[in-house]
Amino acid sequence: MKIVTASPIPSLVAPFTINEVLKLLPWLAAAALPLVLPGYEPLATQVFVMILFALSLDLLVGYAGIVTLGHAGLFGVGGYTAGILSVHGFTDPIFTALCAMVLAAVTGLAFGVAILRTKGLTLLMLTMASAFLLYEIANKATSLTGGEDGLQGVSFAPVLGLFEFDFRGKTAFFYTLVALFFVFVFVRAMIHSPFGWSLRGIRENDARMVAIGCPIMRRRLIVYVISAALAGLAGALQAQSTQFVALYSLSFELSGNILIMLILGGSGRLYGAFVGVPVFMFAQDLLAKQDPANWFLGQGIVLIVMVTLAPGGVLGVAERTIDAIKQRRKA
Amino acid sequence: MATLITILFFGVAYGMILYLISVGLAVTMGLIGFVNLAHGVFAMLGGYATVSFMNRFGVPFLLSLAIGCILVAALGFLLERMLYRRFYGRSELDQVLFSFGLILVSVAIVRIAWGPLAQPIQLPNYLKGQVTILDLALPAYRLALVGFGAAVIAGLWFAFDRTLFGARIRAAVDNRAMAESIGINTSRLFSLAFGLGTGLAALGGGLGADVLAIAPAYPLQYIVYFLIVVAVGGLGSIKGPFVAALAIGISDTACRYFVPEAGSIFIFAFVFIVLIWRPNGIMERR
Repeated sequence: MKIVTASPIPSLVAPFTINEVLKLLPWLAAAALPLVLPGYEPLATQVFVMILFALSLDLLVGYAGIVTLGHAGLFGVGGYTAGILSVHGFTDPIFTALCAMVLAAVTGLAFGVAILRTKGLTLLMLTMASAFLLYEIANKATSLTGGEDGLQGVSFAPVLGLFEFDFRGKTAFFYTLVALFFVFVFVRAMIHSPFGWSLRGIRENDARMVAIGCPIMRRRLIVYVISAALAGLAGALQAQSTQFVALYSLSFELSGNILIMLILGGSGRLYGAFVGVPVFMFAQDLLAKQDPANWFLGQGIVLIVMVTLAPGGVLGVAERTIDAIKQRRKA
Repeated sequence: MATLITILFFGVAYGMILYLISVGLAVTMGLIGFVNLAHGVFAMLGGYATVSFMNRFGVPFLLSLAIGCILVAALGFLLERMLYRRFYGRSELDQVLFSFGLILVSVAIVRIAWGPLAQPIQLPNYLKGQVTILDLALPAYRLALVGFGAAVIAGLWFAFDRTLFGARIRAAVDNRAMAESIGINTSRLFSLAFGLGTGLAALGGGLGADVLAIAPAYPLQYIVYFLIVVAVGGLGSIKGPFVAALAIGISDTACRYFVPEAGSIFIFAFVFIVLIWRPNGIMERR
């Protein structure tokens, strides 16, 4: 069992140091990507969207200890909300993204009330069932969603009325990057807040948290709703950047994939999503084109080997390596 | 009236298949507490084995079923000994990831070996056509399914309730430490129960090859139904999942017939309602 210790000062109020400035560097590097690798904006945009989605999942899986195999349901609700609104004439990107967040949060609340009462296998099954339910609704409500053909005719007005979504995908690139940055700052503040620490406590030992007077059901429900809203935002961003919503965005396949992406990077580590998603999507781009069977095989083997030999994903291995080096230096 | 009986009959046949496949999962979940998402893999392999022995080597249907069942049970036994038991003490997340990885590997292997298309099953002549009972024309295959399923279930219940092996399993489900302290070798019991469960799943997969089509996506496509049966029926029980499987089989068939435009929406909604009412399943023991 891991020992968690709360830092006395939430890092939001931590003093402004050179370290904080250094932490901005990766973001600036990402923003400079169109200069270095022109033409890769659409792919990078997809990576940003998936990182945001994986971050929302990390809140549940990594911090609150709620294993879900139906997170795509909430992603899809956000995507379809933004898409359907745009088809019916509401094309402001920020307004539709907010609507998507609200609707995904409401969906998360409705399902969360039922799902979080259970645990273990039943909880897992209900998360899956919630996504299957939403998938089936979208599949059958063809007049609203386009069913299996996907939602056609999605288009959005310029961001803030200034930046039009262009053919090269530059606007979408910066738009999603900015959204991801804000979400990252929010999630980071949240996991370092007392609320975030109480989530880790519930993950490690819920009976003790009850004993010290923590309302665990309410805490879990709150984080579920927040995570749902962020997943909905990711879905909306995908709808806006690709101008299309497909049933895949609600599928069990996506729920599984996003979990694998997160685990690959390392869950409960905040930066896991930033490592796992690019690695996964790069490998997918490389392998899945040749033969889907090889891609499944590779994914499965990596997953089994990782769980067996390298728990904690890429970041977990890195952490242990660094620890080992430090130990050796001390000795 | 005739329609209702036909729907009921199709639903029961479907429920039998769901039960045969899921009961092993219910027992191992209750016994070991391992979240095995890959249980559907064994049903799929049973289906592939049955179809292959029939189509490639001309083995009769029932014999193919038996061979498939034994082969998969042996595979399950070995996998439990070699891989599964490493994860018994691990977190639920690790178990989920491991079994999900197993699903992906099996999907890939099956796809490479048999191709991406569904494998049609060539039913023997005595299972083709219809049988008329009291003016109702019922398909022979499904009639055999119900009869055969009922026989297997009767045997299973007898073994569970009346034999020493069944008593040991029940004891270990109730209290593993106590069972060990009176000299039950739970480690061997786990392997045997796991092998038995996977064998039953293979039987269900092969027998139901005409109901749940045998294709590489099988374990991903139907896993949620198997988990529903176990969660609604209750872990560690073998009678709860039977009630759950029949209820789901019948109501799913009825929904598809009366409101085809709703698909399986009602089933999932129904599951939520049942589990809000009884979070630990319908047969929860107090």
